[in-house]
Amino acid sequence: MTTTEIQFSQEAQQKVQEILNQYPKEKSKSALLPLLHLAQAEFDGWLSVPVMDYVASILKIQPIEVYEVASFYTMFNLQPVGKYLIEVCQTSSCWMCGAEDIVRYLEQKLGVPTGEISADGMFQVKTVECLGSCGTAPMFQIGDQYYENLTFEKIDAILEELKQENKRSRYC
Amino acid sequence: MSKKLLLANDHIPGINTLEVYRQHGGYKALEKALKSMKPDDIVEEVKKSGLRGRGGAGFPTGMKWSFLAKPEGVPRYLVCNADESEPGTFKDRYLMERIPHLLIEGMIVSSYALGANTSYIYVRGEYFYIIKILQKAIKEAYAAGLLGKNILGSGYDLDLYVQPGGGAYICGEETALLESLEGKRGNPRIKPPFPAVAGLWGCPTVVNNVETIAAVVPIVNISGDEYAKIGIGKSTGTKLISASGHINKPGVYEIELGVPVEEFIYSDEYCGGIRNGKKLKAVVAGGSSVPILPTELILKTAKGEPRLMSYESLGDGGFATGTMLGSGGFIVMDEDTSVVKNLFTFARFYHHESCGQCSPCREGTGWMEKILQKFIDGKATMSDIDLLWDVQSKIEGKTICPLGEAAAWPVAAAIRHFRHEFEEYVNRPESIHDVKHYFRLNNIEEA
Amino acid sequence: MAKVTIDDITIEVPDGTTILQAARMIDEQHGTNIAPPTMCYYSKLKTTGGYCRTCIVSVTQGSEKDPRPMPKPVASCRTTVMDGMVVRNNTSPELLEARAGVVEFLLINHPLDCPVCDQAGECHLQDLGYENGKEATRYEFPRREFEPIDIGDKIKLHMNRCILCYRCVKTCEQITDGRVHGVINRGDHAEISTYIEKAIDNDFSGNVIDVCPVGALTDRTFRFKSRVWFTNPVDAHRDCPTCSGKVRLWMKGKDVLRVTARKDRWGEVEEFICNTCRFDKKDVTDWRIEGPSKISHHSVISQNHNELRQVQLGVRKQLQQWDGHKYGLGEGALDPNNQ
Repeated sequence: MTTTEIQFSQEAQQKVQEILNQYPKEKSKSALLPLLHLAQAEFDGWLSVPVMDYVASILKIQPIEVYEVASFYTMFNLQPVGKYLIEVCQTSSCWMCGAEDIVRYLEQKLGVPTGEISADGMFQVKTVECLGSCGTAPMFQIGDQYYENLTFEKIDAILEELKQENKRSRYC
Repeated sequence: MSKKLLLANDHIPGINTLEVYRQHGGYKALEKALKSMKPDDIVEEVKKSGLRGRGGAGFPTGMKWSFLAKPEGVPRYLVCNADESEPGTFKDRYLMERIPHLLIEGMIVSSYALGANTSYIYVRGEYFYIIKILQKAIKEAYAAGLLGKNILGSGYDLDLYVQPGGGAYICGEETALLESLEGKRGNPRIKPPFPAVAGLWGCPTVVNNVETIAAVVPIVNISGDEYAKIGIGKSTGTKLISASGHINKPGVYEIELGVPVEEFIYSDEYCGGIRNGKKLKAVVAGGSSVPILPTELILKTAKGEPRLMSYESLGDGGFATGTMLGSGGFIVMDEDTSVVKNLFTFARFYHHESCGQCSPCREGTGWMEKILQKFIDGKATMSDIDLLWDVQSKIEGKTICPLGEAAAWPVAAAIRHFRHEFEEYVNRPESIHDVKHYFRLNNIEEA
Repeated sequence: MAKVTIDDITIEVPDGTTILQAARMIDEQHGTNIAPPTMCYYSKLKTTGGYCRTCIVSVTQGSEKDPRPMPKPVASCRTTVMDGMVVRNNTSPELLEARAGVVEFLLINHPLDCPVCDQAGECHLQDLGYENGKEATRYEFPRREFEPIDIGDKIKLHMNRCILCYRCVKTCEQITDGRVHGVINRGDHAEISTYIEKAIDNDFSGNVIDVCPVGALTDRTFRFKSRVWFTNPVDAHRDCPTCSGKVRLWMKGKDVLRVTARKDRWGEVEEFICNTCRFDKKDVTDWRIEGPSKISHHSVISQNHNELRQVQLGVRKQLQQWDGHKYGLGEGALDPNNQ
């Protein structure tokens, strides 16, 4: 895909306009993070170079300014990801309450190590740092959904449900 | 007995909606402020209240507000820091999820006090579902004439927007947050200038934590003087504490500042004691960056006085025997917990979150994680303990922003109070499996 | 005006002067050597400094009005002086220890490839390590590694050597149009990059080579031609339609091996030059030669006999004071003057 072929849907374009209206006219670069979230949700859960260049063209900034920002923040995926990205918190309280078990269990169940996409392209486990869910540890996040107080049984049910649903996870 | 100013109504069904929020006294502070108070009156009330920044640093809010430069013809901004990312802290999330209108009301009142006509709530990107809750509540507020032009007929205009972050702890640092809000990498700025003079887009800006802004609502309602009567000494008012770890009742608790730590941990009103009848080993009282304290020092000060949940009491004894209230992220560890391994998760966190702008933090945080990995792997030597100590001391105080200290302090405190445990990792590497995490979760045997 | 005292020398400077600038003024006026080292600050570029932390100093008195000391060391390049401020740099052992820590951090991931690095001999990190560092590192883990890449046909990027000073980024931001390179990724994964391999192609892009304090950005037209200390730097100029045309030629015999901007005593470019002067004018007849360059920055390429003598004098003094009796030798037995 080249930049010229990439275009937001009608609905997304409307959102872009709403987002741009949140800042003074000459400060539209402020829209970069919201637009990257939107672009990631629109284009298969990750930011390819043409997608980032497209965002740069909307905001009339240099592409490098987008690469710099996209690569700084952990929520932006610069490589293709599984349909459901399972982000397991591993910091302190989550570790204390069994985050390592959660990761191991997911790896066993999905048959791929953390970081890799499962054979059917459905799932990918990623370990992340504190998601602010310490009182409901252990937990993981899939898209904008928090799954808390996890047990192995709960995980089984969640994965089953997602398989049925078969819709790419998104934050926004 | 607990005194609730923020979460008094958090259990009421539908309190997240404007209608129910209003039924329970919501937006009374806004009406009072707009109809009977001048902006400076509100600043004065906040000063009198003794409210201190609830994000972690504890800086007096009224003073911060009074620093705001007011040059003519230049817009001023209020930015709410909802980038809550300090490990152990989840109170802002709770507040925004349960009572979004409390934050919005606080934002309107505070913006009015500061003379801001556009304000932003910067929410960490991972909290996208919260962003949706806030956006919905803001929409309701606009529809009810509580936001937008001529609010409640007062002639005051305010636009309020929610901005998502992208996944970066450092954006909780106020200048990094502003950079991020400007669409840039979250690199903290070199100060001065401070945001009060040159903040968002170079304009005077106040950045306040969610809980701080929410607290402005009860302050306006009951007056600064009344608020100051709550709490203890210079720790006025109430504080949201995020309690997690090996306790029976993890969650968010609103406490009146001054509650004894022992009561907080063991009483059924709060944490309800240690899980599975275990003994308490250590507590990180104010989020991952504050010094860890062993049982004897968290329950009592070095002088033998009961330790209280307040800025002063938790800080009693300095870092030698004390800690900090910080963000109120209260992480409790039982007797089986490895302080070294927990520290490793902190070190990994700070390494992951260092922005990389200045060299001591960029290089030092990774180095500390690698040394700690040696302990976990049973490959450390005694000299690694001293090396670790030295590396943290070389980071502390040498960096652009406080992330350097945040990374260094927990390491220093763990060595200070639990050196024997590091030595154990060196002397008996075979003992590591004793403390290495076991299948606690479902009580199953490790294969 | 503000009166500031740095390492016991007092100077009066205009308001708004930074501690670093004041220290440099003292050195220029008194011939002293109290200016803190810098790796990221660059007086010719805006908003530089504050990142590397090598120029930290200790402020023992904030000002006449508020004499309290500052609780932490401050970056002298980003801290303005106050009237009555007292600063310690070389006279504070604690500060020098803290700086040695910063130097160690800068070196833990820096490769030990000086023998094959084009910057060797004029590298500010070498100078910094030599003057402010310790003899050995305590870092035992593998170093960060990146593949060297060509940024266009004139500039080579060895990311391994980069210390993330941001100077090249600010250069492109401030003196070229349409910056195509920047800092990507975060923390110790951060790197200077164009992200997708792109050439930095602009009339003034070559200046990134001159501002780079280490061998991360080097001139491909000069690669492996010679060690800098075997070349003769001369100042020369030409009528250039794009830049001032005032350059420094690095010559071997009659061959122009390299063209750079002229640098001042702090190792900073005096005037930025264009790519035509830098890369395309390699014939001595392109230039009007003014005479040998004076290189005042202290490094291997400067005529450093003077400083070498200082070091030798220091060693002599120590030897003279050495108590030989303990070892069965007479007092001053190792004093070179006795031999």
